[in-house]
Amino acid sequence: MSLLSNPYDVGDFFDEMYATGGEVRPHYKSLVDRLGTLPLPEFDRRRAAIDLAFLRRGVTFTVYNDSEGTERIFPFDLIPRIIPAKEWEVLEKGLIQRITALNLFLHDLYHEQKIIKDKVVPAQQILTAKHFRREFMNFNVPHDIYVHICGTDLIRDRDGNYLVLEDNLRCPSGVSYMLENRAAMRRAFPNLFQSYGVRPVEGYSEVLLKSLLHIAPDRSDKPNVVLLTPGVYNSAYFEHCFLARQMGIPIVEGRDLLVQDMRVYMRTTSGLLPVDVIYRRIDDDFLDPAVFRPDSMLGVPGLVAAYRAGNVALANSIGTGVADDKVIYAFIPKVIKYYLDQEPILQNVATYLASETSDRKFILENMANLVVKSANEAGGYGMLIGPASTKAEVEEFRAMVAANPRNFIAQDPVNLSRSPTWCGDRLEGRHIDLRPYVLCGKKTVVTPGGLTRVALRKGSLVVNSSQGGGSKDTWVLAEDK
Amino acid sequence: MPPPIFKLPPPRPQTNVMLSRVAHSLYWMSRYIERAENIARLLEVNLQFILDFRGYDDVHLREHWGSLLASSGDVALFEKHYESANSQSVTEFFAFDLRNQDSILSCVFTARENARMIRDQISVEMWETINELYLFLKTKNTADVWAAGPYEFFQDIKRNSHLFQGLTDATYSRSEGWEFIQFGKFVERAHKTAQILDVKYHILLPNAGDVGGAVDTAQWQAVLRSGSALEAYRRFYVNEILPWKVAEFLIFSDSFPRSVQFCVTQIDEFLRRILGETGNRPKSAAARASKRMLANLQSLTIDDVLKEGLHEFLVEVGGSLEKIADDVVRTTMFYQAESTQEEQQLQQQQ
Repeated sequence: MSLLSNPYDVGDFFDEMYATGGEVRPHYKSLVDRLGTLPLPEFDRRRAAIDLAFLRRGVTFTVYNDSEGTERIFPFDLIPRIIPAKEWEVLEKGLIQRITALNLFLHDLYHEQKIIKDKVVPAQQILTAKHFRREFMNFNVPHDIYVHICGTDLIRDRDGNYLVLEDNLRCPSGVSYMLENRAAMRRAFPNLFQSYGVRPVEGYSEVLLKSLLHIAPDRSDKPNVVLLTPGVYNSAYFEHCFLARQMGIPIVEGRDLLVQDMRVYMRTTSGLLPVDVIYRRIDDDFLDPAVFRPDSMLGVPGLVAAYRAGNVALANSIGTGVADDKVIYAFIPKVIKYYLDQEPILQNVATYLASETSDRKFILENMANLVVKSANEAGGYGMLIGPASTKAEVEEFRAMVAANPRNFIAQDPVNLSRSPTWCGDRLEGRHIDLRPYVLCGKKTVVTPGGLTRVALRKGSLVVNSSQGGGSKDTWVLAEDK
Repeated sequence: MPPPIFKLPPPRPQTNVMLSRVAHSLYWMSRYIERAENIARLLEVNLQFILDFRGYDDVHLREHWGSLLASSGDVALFEKHYESANSQSVTEFFAFDLRNQDSILSCVFTARENARMIRDQISVEMWETINELYLFLKTKNTADVWAAGPYEFFQDIKRNSHLFQGLTDATYSRSEGWEFIQFGKFVERAHKTAQILDVKYHILLPNAGDVGGAVDTAQWQAVLRSGSALEAYRRFYVNEILPWKVAEFLIFSDSFPRSVQFCVTQIDEFLRRILGETGNRPKSAAARASKRMLANLQSLTIDDVLKEGLHEFLVEVGGSLEKIADDVVRTTMFYQAESTQEEQQLQQQQ
């Protein structure tokens, strides 16, 4: 008895491994050959070894509402998600096109606002966006790069087309899991990588560091880069430590920094040391109590002034959230066309804006058949999946949308593609998404791979770790056979 | 097709920067691991001792545990939560009770929290050892420990602490961080050795007539074992175990690595490195205090100490150690209070 003795029914979904007739797709063939000969107990042993390694190494996220701060491992599925070289080529082009347009868009929004004047994006939508920072109008960011680190969420529809679900342009997380998952797979299946021609993802931290050094102020030939974390109780603290360690830069909290004469310094045991670049993992609102939320203990008073003076660089810049607002998202295909004069390579999911009268009517009437999302939430919160919800839940959302239309959008439900996933005693199809990571420095680099998240609950479309999601290693092939 | 080549990033010059907060965490991580180990040893030896003397009546038993609680200053806390002091309740209190900040579990938890904050700074091996010790303790409780026999349990804790210290030695760069780790370790160790001796003082006091009896010798032996010093003592004095010799050994030995004097010598050395004290005449209050303390230890004899009163002397040692440690912490570390958990959690990680 092996893993693949009983192929499951692919159903009415796009399956990553099985084509409609049940035959294995070519890029999965060698994997199937290999797994087909792996006895179940051996598979179980490797799975347990990986879980234990994650726990020992502390590759965990923190579950809130627990005095001891319980840490859980992010469930890991051993069956990789494989992307053929040809497919990736298109994805890479599409992602670079999108981030290039987004950076131009942000520059324009914070300067001339030509796109508003040309009536491509309504002024009203920008001005009411929660993360639009009018304080930063006409401020020039180093090298005109607003977003240095971007995690774009992609899904595949029933026909296997890749669609952009959302852009994460503030503090995208999860990249440490991409790297740790790969390390775990290399330990569990060392020989598979050799023969498969999987492109390495390990260059990520090196490119990240380069992108950060790229924006350092000119004055120093050996710039000091730091990673600013909210602290050890943040859910992503593991990741912050992991990245800092990979890059060999200090991880700091707000209280480790101070600003004097519009220069940022860190407090070391031998005095103050200047800081040139800050990779911040704190929201805009908390960065500087002198400018944003005055009650923030996480930030550094005077940091924004130092940034304005050009004495320190921030990644990502302030105010990037306006472009990943879920309402603005609906305009991104037009944004790409406007700045680049190109057709978007990656399509959006069909989106309706509750703030537009005709769309609102449609949303309110068809709510039970739509996915409704709040404009600025993350982590799978503030979301209604119409077809999977009770009448009461639908009514609750209907009232919320009617009360505050600007804060909601609706989308056609997409039957996310499925990938074979180990479910206790056999493989079954489970829905997945993909988050590739894009870094913008001197060059724009898409790491070949990403974080594939999988909804482990049967039938579930929510892949977030806080809602029963797990992850898989993502293999991008160097060459298609 | 050739497999893609996985290139390691080129090495970068290491910057010698130590955040005050990181130094602070290294210091406490090191202290709490050392503390957990000492408590484990103290508890184990005392439990073993009770087993050896089954003839102990209730009064003696209460006295025995009472003196242990008294020496750690925990009588009030203990009485608040437990009805009587017996092997089970004392084990629970010193090993697992999170209400007791100095229980083994509390210490390991605190050490791990400090390590977790600075995971990027310590080696993977160091982190994994602390993490495993914590995960191990989380799966245990007093009933388990008694069912399986406490020996194995305490052995595991001590072994992990030694593993941690050995790994630190073998994997951590000799940097400023190293100095803080060592400083914390020796402060804690000196303090605990003084405390271990002080337990015996409490045992001695009520019944001075027992001095020199069989029980007494066994008790002094237990003191030596609590300080991992029995074999070292035997090699040094060969002969019988005499109370003042034990005290002399644990306070004044300049070769045994757990004696107060040995630890203070190390404290003085690492403190001067941390504070950049290069001259003969100390510039800082902390360096002056440690120099004075060391000079005292080097010039006093055990007779002087006994004349002054062993207990008084040990209490003074503890007080001076904490004052020196506080001074060092204050001079090298300046930052604000921590933000709240809620605020940290509020930060959306997309």
